[in-house]
Amino acid sequence: MKAAVVVFPGSNCDRDLAVAFKAAGADVQMVWHKDTDLPAGIDIVGVPGGFSFGDYLRCGAIAANSPICGAVKAHADRGGYAMGICNGFQVLTETGILPGALLRNAGLKYVCKTVGLRVETSQSVYTEGYNAGDVIDIPIAHHDGNYFADDATLDRLDGDDRVVFRYIDNPNGSLRDIAGILSDNRRVLGMMPHPERAADAGHGGTDGQALFRALVDRVMIA
Amino acid sequence: MKATVHVMLKNGVLDPQGEAVRHALGALGFDGVNSVRQGKVIELDLADDATEDDVKAMCERLLANTVIESYRVDLG
Repeated sequence: MKAAVVVFPGSNCDRDLAVAFKAAGADVQMVWHKDTDLPAGIDIVGVPGGFSFGDYLRCGAIAANSPICGAVKAHADRGGYAMGICNGFQVLTETGILPGALLRNAGLKYVCKTVGLRVETSQSVYTEGYNAGDVIDIPIAHHDGNYFADDATLDRLDGDDRVVFRYIDNPNGSLRDIAGILSDNRRVLGMMPHPERAADAGHGGTDGQALFRALVDRVMIA
Repeated sequence: MKATVHVMLKNGVLDPQGEAVRHALGALGFDGVNSVRQGKVIELDLADDATEDDVKAMCERLLANTVIESYRVDLG
């Protein structure tokens, strides 16, 4: 599987995400925000965490309008796989690839800790390595992770089984405890928690490993 | 030409910063503040032939996220 990891000025989880992809068996190329095209043959694009463009205006807003995001949107529109973690989730909502928006945390504090997530569905290439109902421990680190969407959108996400992860103990005010969602074709994942920070024994937890392994196994077969 | 864009969270979207400001005002003894909503003001210095529609397009594309925010444009 060939993965591309997008790098914006202010990205700080780009190398961690690349390491997690590589450890699961993927070939990884880094792509710069000014690039207008993805490398040929890319199966999945990773949009990493961090503080792209200093979170100016709104988290992810400037990054979402960068040249590479035009290519990411075209990739997703063609049915390509993409995953955005933390700031990457914010970027994917700002591009309109994923619905909703991430607001300031309800408690107004930056929250950095490991939280419990319930895996809501195993029906995606990202969660086939888990069973629905599994509770996994994954770190979060964000100031703006409070998921918001209108009621009709939330009902659609629930009805279509597109909420992949929910917080066991909601740390940020996200509506319906949503921590991660899928696109309507189930190929684009956005999540605030950081599975790449729980993908090696040295991290203190490996509950995120199954996500990358399932993804690489599945996308290689496809 | 000058344009001023006011961006506010939509009604019904939780504004925890506004709520924190309301609490702080109460703690200072300012009674009767029923609610506070916090937004941002963006001032634009534009070419003379720019139109209100141009500024609205800027709002739709970048300055506001219309999933959560509303905007108002004042010209001049």
